[in-house]
Amino acid sequence: MFKNTKKLMLVFAIILAAAVAFAGCGAKKEEAPKADGEKKGLSGSITIAGSTSVQPLSEELAKAFMAKNPGVTVNVQGGGSSAGVKAANEGAAQIGASSRDLKEEEKGLGLTETKIALDGIAVVVNPKNQVSELTMEQIKGIFSGKITNWKEVGGKDAPISVVNREEGSGTRGAFEELILGKGTKFTDKALTQPSTGAVRTTVAGDENAIGYISLGTLNEEVKGVKVDGVEPTIDNVKNGSFKISRPFLYLTKGEMNEVTKAYIDFVMSEEGQKIVKEAHFIPVK
Amino acid sequence: MQKVRSFVYWEEKIARGFLWASVLVTIGALLAVIFHILQHGLVHVNWEFLTREPLFMGKEGGIFPTIVSTVYLILISLAIATPIGIMAAIQLTEYTKKGPLVKIIRFATETLAGIPSIIFGLFGFAFLVLFMGFSWSLLSGGLTLAFMVLPTIVRTSEEAIKSVPLSFREGSMALGATKWQTVWKIVLPSALPGIVTGVILSIGRVVGETAAVILTAGSSLNIPSSIMDPARSMSVHLYILAMEGISMEKAYATATVLIILIFIINSIANRIMRKMSSNLAA
Amino acid sequence: MRKIHETIIEKLLLFSAVVAVLVVALITYFIFADGFPVMQKYGIAHFITGSDWHPLDKQFGLLPMIAGSFLVTLGALIIGVPLSVGCAIFLAEIAPKQVTRIIRPAIELLAGIPSVVYGFYGLVILVPLIRELFGGRGFSILGGSVVLAIMILPTVVNISEDAIRAVPKEYKEGSLALGATHWQTIKKVIVPSARSGILTAIVLGMGRAIGETMAVIMVVGNVATLPESILDPIRTLTGNIAIEMGYAAGEHAQALFATGIVLFVIIMILNFMVTLVPKRIGE
Repeated sequence: MFKNTKKLMLVFAIILAAAVAFAGCGAKKEEAPKADGEKKGLSGSITIAGSTSVQPLSEELAKAFMAKNPGVTVNVQGGGSSAGVKAANEGAAQIGASSRDLKEEEKGLGLTETKIALDGIAVVVNPKNQVSELTMEQIKGIFSGKITNWKEVGGKDAPISVVNREEGSGTRGAFEELILGKGTKFTDKALTQPSTGAVRTTVAGDENAIGYISLGTLNEEVKGVKVDGVEPTIDNVKNGSFKISRPFLYLTKGEMNEVTKAYIDFVMSEEGQKIVKEAHFIPVK
Repeated sequence: MQKVRSFVYWEEKIARGFLWASVLVTIGALLAVIFHILQHGLVHVNWEFLTREPLFMGKEGGIFPTIVSTVYLILISLAIATPIGIMAAIQLTEYTKKGPLVKIIRFATETLAGIPSIIFGLFGFAFLVLFMGFSWSLLSGGLTLAFMVLPTIVRTSEEAIKSVPLSFREGSMALGATKWQTVWKIVLPSALPGIVTGVILSIGRVVGETAAVILTAGSSLNIPSSIMDPARSMSVHLYILAMEGISMEKAYATATVLIILIFIINSIANRIMRKMSSNLAA
Repeated sequence: MRKIHETIIEKLLLFSAVVAVLVVALITYFIFADGFPVMQKYGIAHFITGSDWHPLDKQFGLLPMIAGSFLVTLGALIIGVPLSVGCAIFLAEIAPKQVTRIIRPAIELLAGIPSVVYGFYGLVILVPLIRELFGGRGFSILGGSVVLAIMILPTVVNISEDAIRAVPKEYKEGSLALGATHWQTIKKVIVPSARSGILTAIVLGMGRAIGETMAVIMVVGNVATLPESILDPIRTLTGNIAIEMGYAAGEHAQALFATGIVLFVIIMILNFMVTLVPKRIGE
């Protein structure tokens, strides 16, 4: 077998060579759009990775930005808030997106935070559910597993089917912090869906389900319940009466390159913030 | 006697009934899936859907970038896996047929064929995306997929090469050709249809893969302009459309396009296989 | 000159053949390098026998996921194996040639359909159907088993059919000549002779079921607790990796690689079992 080690190394080298050759071809191609962008003077490509809640908004912002700067490519990736923090820190993406505040240990990484929008988290039930109002305490009881039947909160006699997000999700992190607080845990019995949309679909399909989703993605498939009597609307989040909200953050590390800086400037501009509003999120300016 | 006979008779009847039922249920279940998808999807598939860029994460517009990305992933993975796979098959059938090394290679090929795609995804993520620094890109995705389809190509090529009659080789060697000349000029052309079938089946696998692609190629909806750009294949797009609840209409339509594509790929493979078997018979 | 040419080509061929070995080695190395340290730190027993999965609180019990993978696979086999073996016997022994000619390509087509399509079907049709028929939440072991059963049908049918066709004609003729009916011949002679091939088909189907990821995520509900009934939602090993990989950092990410190790070992054991199956009875 030892004799083959050399050969193994060689094969490895060949694969690498092939990979580099391919990468080379790619790099050449990349230069092509430069010619178009020369007039504007901005070209290159950046990647935004992270929170799936921020992703739809980033897509829209990126599209508008690319329309203005034809030489620029902005790639928008999912992955989740923790992945966004990691990607920005390790340089896998120029911008990391997070849908929750940074945790203590993440704050030490030296990332620059830019708050691009605010988002409410709506607690949603099936439209057929009679319950349309819950208190913070009741929501806490339901998601921690203390309240297990809808009749305990004024609904019909049916078991509550809790739909949760997976650990690491920014929406879950923010919800946990705002509703459950320290020391209380989510019930083990909750279904786990890997995205906001999947939670919404699940709740839309099950009369006894309850979940929580980004306010920006609330639609007629599900019913957003009033929390402590306050309707989940953009205005109520803005004026502070709807309590469950969290920031959308763009994270960058060190000196931003030209394109990244231009993009973030665009997002924070009046035009960018208008897109934030149109996407049903809350502008920060 | 009469009683025994009737027992045998009934057993035969029931058994036949069971066999018929199992065929009907199998075919029925499978057709139900296809029919359901096509029924809801076909109406939304049109030229615009195929050629336009998606809007609002795919809620409106088409799936053009995902088609382009899928094609790129096919090209990259096959450009890597096909030559390596065929050469490996030649090595295993024409050069060293026995010995410990061959045993190890065979075991490795079989292991590779059995490894779940999510493991390939994890590996691609750890090795290509992070360790090699390729990030989420066509290159990472293509290489991961190449590793996944390699065993398929090795196996089908081996079968095809083995089925070339020995007399072909003997004839060539008798005329003074070297071993490689024989392989290159005589064996490979005769085995080509079988090899092509393997490659086409691999295309199907590349098109259908989701888990490994999300972890290595990412999920950006842009048309990739270089091999280092992230991309989203059609299968990944379908997964995201359905799971994020973005648009069921578009999800059905994407699924329809996928099914039609697989249908075309399979028909081509079948046709080549049939041609091959009739050629051999002749 | 010609000799050098040939030597270079021979080396190249050998390298290509070794690529598969290299890739397997790399995969093993990277999965273990990323996953094993955390397993060692908390103890392998903690991973395999622990039933709490709270990765952010350093609870890495994989037992619910191991049970989940095992149960959906078992369910898929219980539903899928009788159907597909029956189907294989039908195609090889009973169906007229024309029927086989239509059904075989159809089944092969189904083998090629992307797994997400099956998952999508499960999500929009099966899950609501189960909720209506049996109650519960719809997302369940049952849903996962049915989707996987449909997915393994083509694999098991194709390989079993080949195995049945490979049984020498003389066996069948001999049995019929002795006065056995067709079904008796199938039951007593043909299926036992093709047993090893059918077994291989089932093990391969099992591998596919355990390894399937996306389709399963879409229908099982992904709850990381031990189930009490087949209507309970569960999470599989593959699902655990795919769902949390994007969100994980530090030991959480390593624990997902550890999940990969467990899956990898299970698959290796299955692969090894395939090699143990004798090619023919009596060998």
